[in-house]
Formats: sequence, structure tokens, C-alpha cells
Amino acid sequence: MNQRSRAIVAAVLLPVISVVAGFVVAGLAVALSGSDPFQSFYALFQGAFINPRALPETLVATTPYIFLGLGVALGFRAGLFNIGAEGQFYIGALFGVFIGYSLHGLPAIVHILLALLAGIVGGFVWAAVPGILKARFGAHEVITTIMLNYVAFALVNFLINNGPMVDKASSAPRTPYVDPAAQLPILVSGTRLHAGLILGLIAIPVVWFLLDRTTIGFRIRTVGFSPTAARAAGISVAWTILATMGISGGLAGLAGADEVLGVSHYMPPSFSTGYGFDAIAVALLARSNPWAMLPAAFLFGALSSGSRFMQFQTQVSADVISVVEATVIMFIAAPVLFQWIFRLRRAPAPPVKIASETEGAAL
Amino acid sequence: MNEATPLTLAALGGVISERSGVVNIALEGMMLMSAFTGYVVAFQTHNLWLGVLAGVITGLVIATLHAALSISLLVDQIVSGFVINILALWHIPLLSKIPVLGPILFVHQPITYAMLLAIVLVQFLLFYTVWGLRTRAVGEHPLAADTVGINVYRVRYLAVMLSGGLAGLGGAYFSLQQIGQFLPNMTGGRGFIALAAMIFGKWKPLGAFYACLLFAGAEALSGRIQISGVHIPFQFLGMLPYLLTIIVVAGAMGRAVAPAADGKPYRKA
Repeated sequence: MNQRSRAIVAAVLLPVISVVAGFVVAGLAVALSGSDPFQSFYALFQGAFINPRALPETLVATTPYIFLGLGVALGFRAGLFNIGAEGQFYIGALFGVFIGYSLHGLPAIVHILLALLAGIVGGFVWAAVPGILKARFGAHEVITTIMLNYVAFALVNFLINNGPMVDKASSAPRTPYVDPAAQLPILVSGTRLHAGLILGLIAIPVVWFLLDRTTIGFRIRTVGFSPTAARAAGISVAWTILATMGISGGLAGLAGADEVLGVSHYMPPSFSTGYGFDAIAVALLARSNPWAMLPAAFLFGALSSGSRFMQFQTQVSADVISVVEATVIMFIAAPVLFQWIFRLRRAPAPPVKIASETEGAAL
Repeated sequence: MNEATPLTLAALGGVISERSGVVNIALEGMMLMSAFTGYVVAFQTHNLWLGVLAGVITGLVIATLHAALSISLLVDQIVSGFVINILALWHIPLLSKIPVLGPILFVHQPITYAMLLAIVLVQFLLFYTVWGLRTRAVGEHPLAADTVGINVYRVRYLAVMLSGGLAGLGGAYFSLQQIGQFLPNMTGGRGFIALAAMIFGKWKPLGAFYACLLFAGAEALSGRIQISGVHIPFQFLGMLPYLLTIIVVAGAMGRAVAPAADGKPYRKA
């Protein structure tokens, strides 16, 4: 096989086969639990595309996956595994909702931009902490980001359950509603589809440009390729790690703020159902390529919105989606498997190489 | 000591696995799955020992999956561990819709004694036996170990599986010794805290144990403060172990040296 066809295998065939395998394994799981997999997956499909308002709902669920997937992918390109996207998503939502409900009387465009910016800042700061810890002390980001997830959940829980951000007018624990001026405009009336999708579509070329056409992007890729080489070339590995983690977290924070301002308009203590973890599968499926993030995020958006209808219709738990997810990750991350299947002489390049070379950063 | 038992078991698992060069972030998922199966088996058979055994076997099975993915299929060890955590953490709801289980009686202390025994045993096996020497050799320089005739794959598989068995025992502790009930997410990140303890203990069984005592102390302290009625929101006290973990991982790094080939897949030429 020549270079070009191998590249096609890696970019298109590999993800497609991974997804198919994911459905096969999930189908087996459904069958084992005593339900009809075909009926279940048909309900999934209906729930994602066919039912009234299904497609807009799928697009609503796609939006956070775009931002989060881009953020995680950015980390992967620098050899960093940001498992903390979930916590950064929470903090971003927290900052966004705070600006959203505490300010009044601003023009909508200003208020929305301020609140989104607050989300970016929140996610940036939350992710910069593990960035600094890794750059300065060599603390592995996998442990520190996971620990910060727990801290973020506890912090949000405090502020919204019995802390200063609780809405006293409401019986359920949640923040006050954001000011109407800060709510993202609805794109199609009668649906929940909001302008955040457009922001997501803008974020893709922006991240691509950042990675492929700027100095910082070059540094990120060089550090991901080889920290030693980067250092030899005079690139500050520490600063690059810090910047990558920060931007990655900023994107996750933007996703959180976007979700609060666009969909719920308030924030309950348990806000996300694992968007930040799904995003890791999204980023892997897209093989950390910003352009591929759109179909990958769309797939997960469809799975997420379709699985709710499937659970309602067939009593098959929506958790079955995580089987699809896990299988997809396994396939994508196991180049040797593809070497066997396609009898390639060389395995396609693995999509992730978590930097184990960064000095001292052992796990 | 109560808090320290599962932490130490998982940390010992981490020590063995990483000494052979395989990072095991799946400890968390292993513990939770084992807590679940251990509980279900104990409940169905009315035999606590079978429950503990089921927990250990669950850990072994999951560890074999981790070994197959990361050693044979060359999946990045962290990604493989992450997949296992996804499956374990989100599959519990899928499985547990079948039986609704009430609390059962719990076993007293035996897992804690097993933990103390395991510390001594792992220390002895790793540093005073041929098997231990081979395992450490594979973790430091797999190519050299391979050259002198050590089967790198077999050594790593065995180490990861042992690690899973220990984590499984630690998991069974949660549902069978400590609470006598299964709760989703009852492990609460302790698999990761155990990894931090392992690093702080410089990849040594005894060191890991002391580090686990420290973490357990922090946990007990936050519980004590809460009962004493000091007005600190419980969420902040709950953050203590996680923050301590972050500080420890950042602080220990400069001084602790990981096995040289830790985290690196080995591919036989």
C-alpha cells in the first residue's frame, strides 16, 4: 500500500470501522441483556434524526462536543492527556452563569460576549493549574486533572447547593436564571437550537489555524512530537505545556458557558452527564484533527440525543452508548489491530502518544 | 486504618504493575467493578468469602483486559486504563438495574489483615526473589531483559494481573468490609489517590503504605472536623484528600524516580 492509501485508511476507514465495531459490541450487550438490538438501534436512529425536533436536538448536543473535542485534541497534539475537561466544563459554566445572572441592562451582544469570555477564563485558569504543576514540578496531568475534577464538582456543589450562588426563589437547588440579554439567540424557532452551534463551527477553523499556521501551534506540535527535540530547538517546553493546557481548558470552559447560556439558562449542581469524558472519545475518533471534529462531534451528539429516546422507547439503558464509546476508543487506539485486519506491513500511526518523555513526569 | 486498607491494596497493585513498566490508571475502575461483583455474589450466595473471591477474580479479569490492550495491542497504557474506567464507572448503572440490593452484613477486619500481609509479601517478592528481580528488570530496561532471555510479555502480564487482583481485593473491601452495601461511585477516585500514594512512596510497597496512611489520616481528619461541628461546608472538607493528592504528586516528583521504562510499550523486534 502506498503512502496515500495508507493515509486514507488512517483518516476515514479506521474511524468508520471503529464505529461499526462499537455498534456490534453494543448490540451484543443489548442482546445479552435480553432486548432486541435492531429495534433498539432503530429507536436510537429515530431519536437522533427522524422524530420531530430530533435533528435540532442532535445539533444542540453536538455543540459542546465540538468545543470539548477541540480542547482535548489540542492537548493530545502536545502529548498531554487532559482528562479534566469535565471539571473545566463545570467551572466554565459556573463563571458563565455568574456573569449571566448577576449583570443586568447590558446590550445582548456585550453581555453574551462577557459571559462566554468568563467561561473561557474559568476553564483556562482551572486547566492552567495542572499545566503549571506539570511544567514546574513534573506532576503528571492525568492525576492532577482528575483530582481537580473532583474539586470542581465539590466547589460547584457547594456554591449552588448551600453557597452564595443558590437561587433563593427556587425550591430546587440551582442558580438564578441568566438575564435574557445573556441568553444565546435561538436559531430555529420552536427548537432549542441556539447560536452556540455557529460559534462551534467558527471554533474549528480557528483551532486549525492556531495549530497549523501559528508559532504557538508549531511549538505545541513539536513538544508533542518530542519534548527533547523541542528543547534542543530552543522552545520553552514549560511555557508550551502551560499554554496548551490553558487553551484546552479555555475551550472546555467555553463549552460550559455556551451550554448554560444556550440551553438551560441556569445551572443545577449536577450539570453535565460526562460530556467532558465523551469528548476524549470524540477527539480520538477525529484523530485530533480539528476538521474531523465536526463529524465526530455530530456522531456523539446523535448518540447522546438518540439514546434518550431509545431508553424511553425500549427500556434499554442509555448507558449502552458508553459501550460504543469504549469500543471506538479501543479500536482507534490499537494500531496493531488494524495491522492485522488489513494485513498492512506497517501499523497506522497511533493517534495518541502521551508524552512519557517529559522529564520526571512519570505516573 | 479503615481508610488505608483499600488505598494500600490498590497502591501495592500500582507498585507491582509499574515496576514491570505498565502504568495502571484502571485501578479505580477495577476497584469499583470488584466492589459491585463482590457485593452481588455475596448477596446471592449468602457467603461473604465467595463475595471477596468474586471481587479478586473481577480485578484479575479486568487486569487481563488492560494487559491485552496495552501489552499485546500496544494501546497507550493511559488510554487503555481510561477505557476501562469508562466501562466500569458507567456500566454499573447498566448492570445494576437488575437486582435492587439492600445492605448485607459485613466481614470484620480480614481484608485489613490481608492488606498488612500483602505489604510484606510484595516487598519480599519484589526485592528478594528472582521473580522480583525479573519484574524490575523488565520495568527498567525491557530490551536488556529480553536479551538475557526473560519473556517481557509474560512478566508484564503477570504483574498487571497481580495488580488487578490486589485492586479487586481493595474493591471488595468497600462493599463487604466497610459499608456492607454497594453504592455507585463509592470508590470516589481512590484508585487515583492510590497512584499518587505509590509515587509518594517512591514505587516501594512500604513507602506506598506510609503514604496511604497519610491520605487515610487526611480523610479521617476531615470526617472528625465535620462531626465536631466546625462551620466549614462539607464540600470543602471533601476536597481535602484530592487537594492533598495534587500537592503530593507535585511535591514528590522531583525526588522520586520512576522505573525507567514505566509507561513505555515494548515491541519485540
